[in-house]
Amino acid sequence: MYQPSHFTAVLLFALFASTVFGITMRDTPRRMFRYGLYCFALFIGSTIVLSWVMFFIAR
Amino acid sequence: MATAPNKTAAPSQGPQQGFVYLPLIAGWLVPGAGHFLLRKWVRGALLSASIVCMFALGIAMQGKLYTGAQDILEMLGMVGDLGNGLLFFLGRTFGLGAQHVMITTQDYGTKFIVVAGLLNVIAAVDAHNLRTGRKQ
Repeated sequence: MYQPSHFTAVLLFALFASTVFGITMRDTPRRMFRYGLYCFALFIGSTIVLSWVMFFIAR
Repeated sequence: MATAPNKTAAPSQGPQQGFVYLPLIAGWLVPGAGHFLLRKWVRGALLSASIVCMFALGIAMQGKLYTGAQDILEMLGMVGDLGNGLLFFLGRTFGLGAQHVMITTQDYGTKFIVVAGLLNVIAAVDAHNLRTGRKQ
């Protein structure tokens, strides 16, 4: 069984979801790429921020 | 004066020829197939790779393929799984995935499978929009 770390799972999830979002939500290749990058950054950024929030809540 | 409407109507007839829902159905059954039918090779390949990889990772993590609808959450999970099209039916046929979720990684895998199905639905609708000319 493949057992990635939590962060690796987030990276993989963000990569694939951002690819689909970028292609389906924008019209031109350039805008697709930029929107995909934007979604990827939001996925990773929000994960890191929420992880720190949960870290401090648990203390 | 009679030729002017013909000149303007000709380009709009192109995308409407044939069965309009074929890319939608093909895209649902096989990830990326709707875009391949419309000769969008790169988009189709990227969508196909993303969705198939996500489904395969979910299976590799021993995620659960929903087989029945016992309660509302399982029903929603099954709807998401059905979005994978033939991948879901192949998974069911070959008994892939786990019956019960025991560890966190399996829960991640279950979500990967459900989200792969939902992304596939988005991709199939995108192919339909390309087919109807709603999107370029």
